[in-house]
Amino acid sequence: MIRTLTMVALAAGLVACTGDKSEVRSASADAPAGTGKGPGAGKGYDHDPYPSTYRAYPGRATLVTNVTIYDGEGGRIDKGSVLFRDGKIVEVGQSIAPADGVTVIDGQGKWVTPGIIDVHSHLGDYPSPGVEAHSDGNEMTGPVTADVWAEHSVWPQDPGFSRALTNGGVTTLQILPGSANLMGGRSVTLKNVYGRTMQAMKFPGAPYGLKMACGENPKRVYGSKGRMPSTRMGNLAVDRATWLRAKDYDRKWDKYEADGGEAPARDLAMDTLRGVLDGEILVHNHCYRADEMAIVMDMAQEMGYKVTAFHHAVESYKIADLLKARGVCSAVWADWYGFKMESYDGIGENLPILDKQGACAMIHSDDANGIQRLNQEVAKVMASAKRAGMPVTPEHAWTWLGINPARALGIDKVTGSLKAGKMADVVLWNGDPFSVYTRPQMVWVDGALLYDANNPRLRPVSDFELGQPGEGDVK
Amino acid sequence: MKRLILAALLAGSTALPAAAQDVTITNARLVLGDGSAPVEGGTVVIRGGRVVSAGRGGASTGGKTIDAGGRYVTPGIVAGFTRLGIVEVDGVGPTNDASARDSVFNAGLDVTAGLNPRATPIAINRTDGVTRAVVAPDNGGSIFAGQGAVIDLGNDMDAVTRPRAFQFMEWGEAGARAAGGSRPAAMAMFRNALFEAQAYGRNPASFVDRGKEALLTRTDAQALQGVLSGQVPLLIHVERASDILGVLALKREFPGLKPVLVGAAEGWTVAQQIAAAGVPVLASALADLPASFEQLAATQSNIGRMKAAGVTVGIGMIGDDEARQARLVRQYAGNLVALSKIPGAAGLDWGAAFATITSLPARAIGMESEIGTLAAGRRGDVVIWDGDPLEIGSVPTQLFIDGVEQPLTNRQTRLRDRYLVPEEQGLPKAYQR
Repeated sequence: MIRTLTMVALAAGLVACTGDKSEVRSASADAPAGTGKGPGAGKGYDHDPYPSTYRAYPGRATLVTNVTIYDGEGGRIDKGSVLFRDGKIVEVGQSIAPADGVTVIDGQGKWVTPGIIDVHSHLGDYPSPGVEAHSDGNEMTGPVTADVWAEHSVWPQDPGFSRALTNGGVTTLQILPGSANLMGGRSVTLKNVYGRTMQAMKFPGAPYGLKMACGENPKRVYGSKGRMPSTRMGNLAVDRATWLRAKDYDRKWDKYEADGGEAPARDLAMDTLRGVLDGEILVHNHCYRADEMAIVMDMAQEMGYKVTAFHHAVESYKIADLLKARGVCSAVWADWYGFKMESYDGIGENLPILDKQGACAMIHSDDANGIQRLNQEVAKVMASAKRAGMPVTPEHAWTWLGINPARALGIDKVTGSLKAGKMADVVLWNGDPFSVYTRPQMVWVDGALLYDANNPRLRPVSDFELGQPGEGDVK
Repeated sequence: MKRLILAALLAGSTALPAAAQDVTITNARLVLGDGSAPVEGGTVVIRGGRVVSAGRGGASTGGKTIDAGGRYVTPGIVAGFTRLGIVEVDGVGPTNDASARDSVFNAGLDVTAGLNPRATPIAINRTDGVTRAVVAPDNGGSIFAGQGAVIDLGNDMDAVTRPRAFQFMEWGEAGARAAGGSRPAAMAMFRNALFEAQAYGRNPASFVDRGKEALLTRTDAQALQGVLSGQVPLLIHVERASDILGVLALKREFPGLKPVLVGAAEGWTVAQQIAAAGVPVLASALADLPASFEQLAATQSNIGRMKAAGVTVGIGMIGDDEARQARLVRQYAGNLVALSKIPGAAGLDWGAAFATITSLPARAIGMESEIGTLAAGRRGDVVIWDGDPLEIGSVPTQLFIDGVEQPLTNRQTRLRDRYLVPEEQGLPKAYQR
């Protein structure tokens, strides 16, 4: 219903805006003038109606010794130690004395890193098995569906979560709506810990994201339905018209929250865009071509918001300097190219060129298989970087899996690196994690051991796989 | 245009490339591709486009000598199931010749007619060490997709190693969909097609074409003759264990059939039966999700377990970016080695893993005497690597196909070189080459 209304408003264009303005006047007129008795900034409505119920599972105080450590922020310690207790990193150093009651793991020949963060996943929204009844990732019924929330589609029984944990060492992931729409809806950040409910997986305190998309997908999906947008210029026109409405909505609610009076009509899509304008919701913008990214960055400036990260961004390397200047991150693949026209110029040196320019960059999967090997994707990038004469150290490369995606998700204060006080999201690898021959041996989330290659009881099995062929198998 | 390419392919398909060099590569960490471990101090001799000898020691017999400096020297990678060369951009219809949903033909379609040796994925995959590929059409309105080819990835217009090397068929869920909506419908379509093909074979002149008394066209019936006789392997995409057993039963019903399973996610659960039937497999290496109800038992240990049961199993890619990313088979094979360190998993040792992307796919399609190993008489497809070829990021430093040294640049390396410094310098980027 709301979607339909949004579309009508968009189709009506400026008429809709005029209507909104008169609404503002009447709302103001009804309000007691100058009383200053609004509910307060950000308090006009509940911003967290589906709150996280995630809680850390119990863990033992653990000291891993004798390991090569990439701390996720660019630091490295050889033959070092990591101590965590009560779900938090306590200390990371060369040598840590084992206290009483601490489980000590000798990691000789092994590596420790922070758990991998995937900034772009559709697990839960496009779960396995990929049957039509499970296809919940794209509300392809209108080009602007900022009102939908990816978390309302997440199926917590997706078997893919377990593969990402046990093969991939992924401890945190952002679930995004698909890219059929210009504004596809809100994302949600999850802890990669199975729960009975989505809320039980929800990363406590993580900000929401808004998924936006430019380029081929929106214009193809809606152009083929004979409606706007059917071109790239149509994409921008619909985006800008929507932002203008959002700014108007934001003003109305700001005024109401400050001054009181009759509350403006709620609009779920506008709530989300207002959150973006207020810096509370981060924009994750699917975009491939360099020229389009440059236009989107100007649009963001025009409308008063910030793009946190371009996703896929296969041509970011062409404008690495512009991205650096605007402080916009790129979340990229290592080697995808050519599957659609706008991915035609994908190259393996995308991330290295960004990194060399000092632009923020990270790896991402967008794929239930790729999420199991993000460390290997970074290894590909490192090899490309070396061949192109811009070698990077492995400890620096881990920032693309650690602190950089954490920053893009607004959770870098609590995870993304091995620093005292942060969540003990930790992976012990059975070798060099940038080697194809290496796999996670143990994975802890908030200090709880949730995977151990040596313990079949610590292989998560979703409800879907229970009683099926292959239940509890190594995958 | 297509007709011209086809004519060129037909005319040139058996001719040796003109520029084949006589080359001796010495001081190699030599990998034969037959499943054996690398040997140090190896020598490969190539003459007239073919391998003359490969092994420890050995001497130059003239021509160019290359000191490999102890680096890996291997047969070129054989990509076991791809759509290389028939697709430029998947999402751009006119450049995608993989399937023909609106054609009245099916089994008779010949993939070589769509092959473009200049498609950018050819050079990109060559740069990563792929020298030969099994190229299969995708199906349209039938379970039969058409006749696939084996190609080389050389920098010339003469790509076809073996045209009409196999027939490809969808079975299981995709076969059911193509046949009208059920597995029984796919079975009926298959049987009917083979009966009609048999009728055609008995008396081609009296065969009544599709739309009159037959469902098949003459073209399709003709193409199935080799399938019936077993001269042409039938590659069958099948995932579920019960469907795999169904294929093995078909082999009993039509004894001439030479089925090769493609995908085979649940193959490990019926590995003994596959091995006993002597049916080879081109398996998806890392599929470990219950991506569909026919892949519930999927695990990365599939290949290792099938091999342990005695199945001939190489790596193929289906539904996995196989028109562009066949190069990923090296990474997949490396991951199979990684599994050998995981309790409960079934991995492969290094030599066995390397064979899954060289000799085993060659054997699966009956071309082991031509490609996939370094042995006397084989095609001169040889790669010198800058590191362990199963390790991520290793690339060829020199690569030969039929004894011809190949360029290792492509559109991506050109883009890279243009944008190593993103800012324009003096003139627009369009002037920088």
